Amino acid sequence: MALLEVEDLTVSFRTADGVVQAVRGVSYDIEAGQTLGIVGESGSGKSVSTQTITGLTKGAQVSGSAVFQGTNLLKASSAQLQQIRGAKIGMIFQDPLSSLHPYYKVGWQIVEMIRLHDRDMSRDDARKRAVELLRLVGIPQPETRVNDYPHQFSGGMRQRAMIAMAMALNPALLIADEPTTALDVTVQAQVLRVIARMQEIFGTAVILITHDLGVIADVADDVLVMYGGKVMERSDRRTLFYSSHHPYTEGLLHSLPAYGGARERLHPIPGQPPSLLDPPPGCPFAPRCPYAFDRCRTEMPPLDPVGEEAGHLSACWLPHESAARAEVRAKVLRAQPAGSAGA
Amino acid sequence: MSMVPEITGEGSQATLEAAAEPPHVSRKVIRGRSPWQLAWERLRTDRAAIISAATITVIVLFALLAPLIAHWLGHGSNQQFVDIGEDENGNPVPPSSTFWFGTDSSARDLFVRTIYGARISLSIGVLATLVSVAMGTVFGLAAGYLGGVADALIARLVDVMLAVPFLVIAIAVASIWRPSFWLVIFVVGVLGFTYPARIVRGQVISLKEKEFVQAARALGAGPLRIMFVDLLPNVMAQVIVYGSLLIPAAIVSEATLSYLGVGVQPPTADWGAMISDAQGYYQYGFWWYLLFPSLALLVTTLAFNILGDSIRDALDPRGGGIYK
Amino acid sequence: MSDVNPVPPDGEDILLRVENLVKYFPVKSTGFFGNREHVHAVDDVSFTVRRGETFGIVGETGCGKSTLGRSVARLHDITSGRITFDGRDISRISQRRMRPLRREIQMIFQDPIGSLNPRRRVGSIIGDPFAIHRTATGTERKRRVQELMERVGLNPEHYNRFPAEFSGGQRQRIGVARALAFQPKLIICDEPVSALDVSIQAQVINLLADLQAEFGLTYIFIAHDLSVVRHVSNNVAVMYLGKVTEIASADDLFDTPRHPYTGALLSAVPVPDPDHSDQRQQIVLVGDVPSPIVPPSGCRFHPRCPKAAPVCVTQDPELEPRLGDGPGHVAACHLPMAQGENLADFKPTIGAEERVIEPEGVLTADALPASGDGGKS
Repeated sequence: MALLEVEDLTVSFRTADGVVQAVRGVSYDIEAGQTLGIVGESGSGKSVSTQTITGLTKGAQVSGSAVFQGTNLLKASSAQLQQIRGAKIGMIFQDPLSSLHPYYKVGWQIVEMIRLHDRDMSRDDARKRAVELLRLVGIPQPETRVNDYPHQFSGGMRQRAMIAMAMALNPALLIADEPTTALDVTVQAQVLRVIARMQEIFGTAVILITHDLGVIADVADDVLVMYGGKVMERSDRRTLFYSSHHPYTEGLLHSLPAYGGARERLHPIPGQPPSLLDPPPGCPFAPRCPYAFDRCRTEMPPLDPVGEEAGHLSACWLPHESAARAEVRAKVLRAQPAGSAGA
Repeated sequence: MSMVPEITGEGSQATLEAAAEPPHVSRKVIRGRSPWQLAWERLRTDRAAIISAATITVIVLFALLAPLIAHWLGHGSNQQFVDIGEDENGNPVPPSSTFWFGTDSSARDLFVRTIYGARISLSIGVLATLVSVAMGTVFGLAAGYLGGVADALIARLVDVMLAVPFLVIAIAVASIWRPSFWLVIFVVGVLGFTYPARIVRGQVISLKEKEFVQAARALGAGPLRIMFVDLLPNVMAQVIVYGSLLIPAAIVSEATLSYLGVGVQPPTADWGAMISDAQGYYQYGFWWYLLFPSLALLVTTLAFNILGDSIRDALDPRGGGIYK
Repeated sequence: MSDVNPVPPDGEDILLRVENLVKYFPVKSTGFFGNREHVHAVDDVSFTVRRGETFGIVGETGCGKSTLGRSVARLHDITSGRITFDGRDISRISQRRMRPLRREIQMIFQDPIGSLNPRRRVGSIIGDPFAIHRTATGTERKRRVQELMERVGLNPEHYNRFPAEFSGGQRQRIGVARALAFQPKLIICDEPVSALDVSIQAQVINLLADLQAEFGLTYIFIAHDLSVVRHVSNNVAVMYLGKVTEIASADDLFDTPRHPYTGALLSAVPVPDPDHSDQRQQIVLVGDVPSPIVPPSGCRFHPRCPKAAPVCVTQDPELEPRLGDGPGHVAACHLPMAQGENLADFKPTIGAEERVIEPEGVLTADALPASGDGGKS
């Protein structure tokens, strides 16, 4: 059985403007020790899905199941969830300054976290453990830094401290929600390395949420592409970059400034991300998809296996065999007038 | 969404990319709402706000219609009814069908005088607040944005004014110039500018570093334009909140001044003056003279305070959001 | 972006020349007699920008690139140095005399939320340049604003909306429209796409490219995203802790970086290509960027540099061509990288007290309680 199995997760919120359907029927799973990358843009639902799994979205309408080590987290009591959060599932967020309490010393926060879940550990032992954790994540002079306040740490250091806190109880799963988006690129490399090291030492599975495809290429084993609250494609890393199926994935890859240096016009995906208030039936990407046809707008394609690789799923009405799909693409491209966007 | 414009050349490429959307998609149109409209909607559904606003409306109506009511009752505000308005010892008579609130120490209709008192309190309260707010905003903008010498001077001025008790200055001013309606407005208004000034200054200092202010400077806007076109709309919300909370304070200040005899002078009907006079009669059992003006003052102040709180909540909501 | 020869021969059509620009910010002194400390935001920076080109400035947080941009736009007074714009020395002119020049130098900011006044309507925001410089009023102003809106891909009917009603990409377009009102000669873009989604980034980059071609604009493009900078720029300057460490054409910088910091930056950028990222060896720099109040002596990068030698601690290297490069490729380094050199092979030769060291972990999985049942059990 997989470590975490999410089945048909649906999350919606009631707002003054109506019901926002943030996540619409998302399913995925992750095995122990694996790294699953979830990539998507704003409004794709990538953050909401993991926040809901750990019970952090109050007041939301939730349906579906998320079975973690045999327990359905969506139906668990808050006592059960509290026990799981921190000890079995660790979380790190984008902005460590707002996730660490500004008025308490970093070491104190880690110690409290440990003792909350492990009542038998003495304060002294917990403190020693905190120092060791800080050392492990690469914070220099951890014996003194453990007494510092979060604002005395730089951005990269804070993120490392967050990782230390998340790993303190050796959780089986670490959910990292855009952990490096706010960091400089060299610091990002450091933090990703720390996460990888934690994985090596503790065997933790990692769900890494990001919008940066470069980070995915570096660290993910499997990748989930989300858009408009749904999963568009799931595959392993290499398949995603070299033989993806879904037009959204293709659009994302093509809109990146080619690292190779060609200075021609970029190929953005035309249009805007969709509104989640009253999503039209059918594929959420249809309005912006260059290959969309009528069925796309009325019927949501199922997430089906495509291509040759095992575990490669795509939610698209285009033909599943790559040869047939390439044919359809070519036909669409030929039919478009020269110089129009999205080519 | 509007229709995609015609492709006319290079430039429209950008337009096409931005607005591409199939025409048939029926989307629920989200009505764009300005920050003020959002606030208004929040206020509209606030029960406390509705009740206090209704109360104030009633008081205002009474104040506006005071002459009409007096005429209809046949009792002027300064009219003395020596025959029916006094008992054999020359003391006030209790509430009856002729005198709804009874009479005061000079045999005048207390009800009529109370609603006339509302005119004074409301008008001074509002006008003085306007003075405070206007002065405070201008000084606050200047001190916050211009900084340096301007800020130092204004800050010192504010400190000095806060150090000296309001009443001491008020009495001093009243003894130099004859106290009157406009003098009271001047005193209460000017002495009250310090609070809005501080609020505005604080806001402006934090807004000053925001990028839209830098952008305005980059466009070549001078300090005056930035203060009044860019910064003022952003401090308006706070100004309105504090203004609405200043009104009850101004009303009480005015009542205090006339209670001490340095405000609006008799025979003008004024709650503070009435309360002052009524104190001497209360211990002898003439309770109505003290009760009604005090109640009027209490209800008015309370209503404005509650409304002010609701306005603050409407303009500055916190919490409640679930997801970004 | 035009792909002409990116190296400007001396004197040829230089739009902006920056010489020895210094900008320090005073830090509040800590005591009554405390020393005046300064943040060395920009320290002795020189470069030139040719008319019609896109000059990229790249660096990480705290390197001073934003301050540099604002100093060039004279939003700050500069501490020392010279800025020559279109032949005019604007280093020390008063803000009042700078005002007419603001029609020629414009800025686009990073934060689409913060750079637009949330309480003003979009039409009024874009119309600001016309109002400030009194060039158009009433219906004429409205017409020109709507023209601009259309030009950048916005719906002119949204003239009366507030910024909050637009998406991030659209707000950035509003900023572009505002900057474009006078067809300035130079637009300084301070991280214009960093806060946008990937697919929207590409739209805005294309828009900027189109506008440059149509109006003959010159851009200074400040960003921390190397792949974006490479894509848009003709020439690129790399900044670290207030100093320029390397300037080269975009291709030269990425193909043959000379400065180890550039090398480290390039290797740290995540590449959306699994084969490539698997093969390459990442140079992970140790430590964080030191404080700009007390920058390291000599070459500021020496505490973290894999090639640091004693000379790097004592002498601040000059920004000049190295290893036989032409005048268009300059680097400030005593031990520049030769082509094909791998930084991972080097070890610094300076004492430990001057270096930043990454601590080794001592904790192993066995020492931890099994409470979480990490995958190994």
